[in-house]
Amino acid sequence: MRFEPRGQVSILWTYASPVLAIGLTILGAGVIFWALGQAPGPAVYTFLVAPLVQAGGLSALAVKAAPLIMMGAGLAVCYRASVWNIGAEGQFTLGAIFAGGFALAFPDLPGPLLYPGTLLAGVIGGAAAAAIVAFLKSELNVNEILSSLMLTYVAQYLLIYLVTGPWRDPKGLGFPQTAMFSDGATTPIVVEGTGVHLGCVAAIIAAIAMWALLSKSVLGFQLRVVGEAPRAAQFAGFNERRLIWVALLASGGLAGLAGMFEVTGPIGQLTTDISPGYGFTAIIVAFLGRLHPIGAIFGGLLLALTYLGGDAAQIDLGLPNAVASIFQGVLLFFLLACDILILFRVRFGRPQGKPVGAAP
Amino acid sequence: MLERTAVDDGPYLSLRGITKQFPGCLANDRVDLTVARHEIHALLGENGAGKSTLVKIIYGVMRPDAGEIVWRGGRVAMQSPAQARRLGIGMVFQHFSLFESLTVAENVALGMNDRKARANLRERIAEISQKYGLPMSPDQTVHDLSVGERQRIEIVRCLLQNPRLLIMDEPTSVLTPQEVEKLFGTLRRLASEGCSILYISHKLEEIRALCDVATIMRLGRVVAHCVPSEKSAKELAELMINAELDPPSRRRRMRAEGAKARLAVDNLSLKSPHPFGADLKAVGFAVSPGEILGVAGIAGNGQTELMDALTGEIPTDAPETIMLEGVAVGRSGPRQRRSLGACFVPEERDGHGAVGAMSLSENAFLTAGARRSLTWFGFVNQARSVDFAREIIRRFDVRSTGPKAQARALSGGNLQKFLVGREVMQSPGALIVDQPTWGVDAGAAAAIHRALADLAEKGAAVVIISQDLDEIFLVCDRIAVITGGRLLPPIPVEEATIEQIGLVMGGAAAKDLGGAAAKQQG
Repeated sequence: MRFEPRGQVSILWTYASPVLAIGLTILGAGVIFWALGQAPGPAVYTFLVAPLVQAGGLSALAVKAAPLIMMGAGLAVCYRASVWNIGAEGQFTLGAIFAGGFALAFPDLPGPLLYPGTLLAGVIGGAAAAAIVAFLKSELNVNEILSSLMLTYVAQYLLIYLVTGPWRDPKGLGFPQTAMFSDGATTPIVVEGTGVHLGCVAAIIAAIAMWALLSKSVLGFQLRVVGEAPRAAQFAGFNERRLIWVALLASGGLAGLAGMFEVTGPIGQLTTDISPGYGFTAIIVAFLGRLHPIGAIFGGLLLALTYLGGDAAQIDLGLPNAVASIFQGVLLFFLLACDILILFRVRFGRPQGKPVGAAP
Repeated sequence: MLERTAVDDGPYLSLRGITKQFPGCLANDRVDLTVARHEIHALLGENGAGKSTLVKIIYGVMRPDAGEIVWRGGRVAMQSPAQARRLGIGMVFQHFSLFESLTVAENVALGMNDRKARANLRERIAEISQKYGLPMSPDQTVHDLSVGERQRIEIVRCLLQNPRLLIMDEPTSVLTPQEVEKLFGTLRRLASEGCSILYISHKLEEIRALCDVATIMRLGRVVAHCVPSEKSAKELAELMINAELDPPSRRRRMRAEGAKARLAVDNLSLKSPHPFGADLKAVGFAVSPGEILGVAGIAGNGQTELMDALTGEIPTDAPETIMLEGVAVGRSGPRQRRSLGACFVPEERDGHGAVGAMSLSENAFLTAGARRSLTWFGFVNQARSVDFAREIIRRFDVRSTGPKAQARALSGGNLQKFLVGREVMQSPGALIVDQPTWGVDAGAAAAIHRALADLAEKGAAVVIISQDLDEIFLVCDRIAVITGGRLLPPIPVEEATIEQIGLVMGGAAAKDLGGAAAKQQG
């Protein structure tokens, strides 16, 4: 069996592919539920539909989707430039640490300084983590996939050290967590009576801003050219190093901002456990959204649903929370498989006689 | 080696009603073609006329939608190139597929499907190369060989299979005039022994000199048959494009004596970044306003490196090695050089000069953003980019579906017109073009040449790097040969002859080889 390039790629299928992948994933999930001894239909309903129709379902979805959309939009920009930052989880964590540190250090600053300062600290934290990756790649040609992934663990252990050591709440009965942030440093709720906070709005704004950057600005144009045809970028005189920095700082900064909103919003303090793998899930979000920042909004909502579904499966079906991760993995699998079939056609049998000297 | 069979004396190959439809384009429309024995048959046509498709059908790379292939009197359904080769059809492609680090014999062996055929390979290579005047030594490594010698490997590889029909696709585009003569000798010899030859080329003079019959195609159809030696090159070209052709006249020389050079290169040395590239050694030249300098040479003698140094993609050691409008730019990037008035058209279109996956308007913006003010406070001014792309399309007659068309969807010749247009319409003070008409049909080539001449007339300094000597002699004022990374001093075109320049190009290449085969070739 081999794969032959199709040449012309159908625009329709480029956008239909994620829809098809979602359909196949739902079927796949049904099979998995069946194998786990559940009736597939009701189980899929519990997993994917029930979380939305119950009270507060939509607001819970928005809260889960916010960090995914924000990071997914940033990663889409980064990936379009062929910079493969897979360390959004670490940038998220460092953003949370910086923001939390600022909020803990200056809990009594006046409002106009405290919250914007916390916000800025989060962005700087995420961007700083990404800056290490950018420096290593642009100056020393270190593969960004490895460095960004490994820095994720550094950030996570730094967080664990801080909340179990120097930053631990002395009144916290020894739990590994900091004190709660002061009111001024807490992300405000925008829809009264729900959990929908400022970060949800910011995520949508971020996605639109990233779309404008990528599709409308000269900088975005340069990022796309360098990702699509690096030699053409060189010929046009675009500064590739600078573009690596831009791509990583943008995605890192947004990941840090997402971390800041998460710890100053829904969580309210730093703990050892601030993310259920949002940064890694955001990679799926970016690809599900066709590496288009607006597409990340849809991808983020769907993947957020899998987190809610995972909780529901745990509570109502007695299944482990890992079901959510399995669902995400199956989704990514089908998405990549659909893309392969769109770009290539499958041929069975041995290649026809096309040895050296044959036609291209 | 080509035994006469008593079975039939008719033509080896005839095609009847071959039709091939691609999405949105009828590539072959009921094509009939008969190639007699002993015949060197030219297949002529512009880019996109359907020549390549037809040849791919004959060689089994593609299957026709309708029509039949008759081979030695019987219908065949050609399934694959392997089958075509078994039947006795050989093909030499325009782009070779040779492994640089292997020897001649190893490369030939790799192309053989049949294990038995590999026996005594070295002896058989030697025999054939001697018989047909194709000198080569089986143990030389390919990367030491000139393009002409590489082509000989491909020809020998075909001849080893005793072909009855040999298809040659643009075989002379990379050869020096002397190598072309040798090749023609070989082909005439083959034809005299009964082999049919199907010869595809744009070069009308060559077809007039070599071919017995010509079939002319336009828009997928056969539009004429003729005996090329009875027609003038102009008449052939007009048959091809179905229009009167302005005879390209040698342009009036515009060189202003004593004017300050707009582009000057002095003592430029550069280590090639490519494993088999040529290092530049103390290259120097100067181009005055209104002058066109031609840099002639066989591919791989430093042209790529020179182009990279001139565009600024590879900075030179000292700023003063490249002076643009009196400014030392050796260490400046492409953008600074553009802002000083230099524009460039690189050899490779998709992926270097243009981004294939992007639209024509985005590709127009790629290099013209600053010079044509297509930006607006850090944003791409899309309306103006589209207008600019539309202007290029109109002025350079680029066949496309419009400014939104993907660059990759254009044929090579049309994309080249677009890229030349994009740079010319930025009104550069200095324009450097690498292989301006490579793979471009006669009509488009004439348009590109006219645009370059017009630009020079307006006072720009133009450098044309080309392997095509006819082009250089037609368009340029002075000519300099690049060989082994050295640029010989430019001489006025009036004082040079094609033969003499060809000798310098080929002779120096042979000297560099130092191998016995090269000396034989002399």
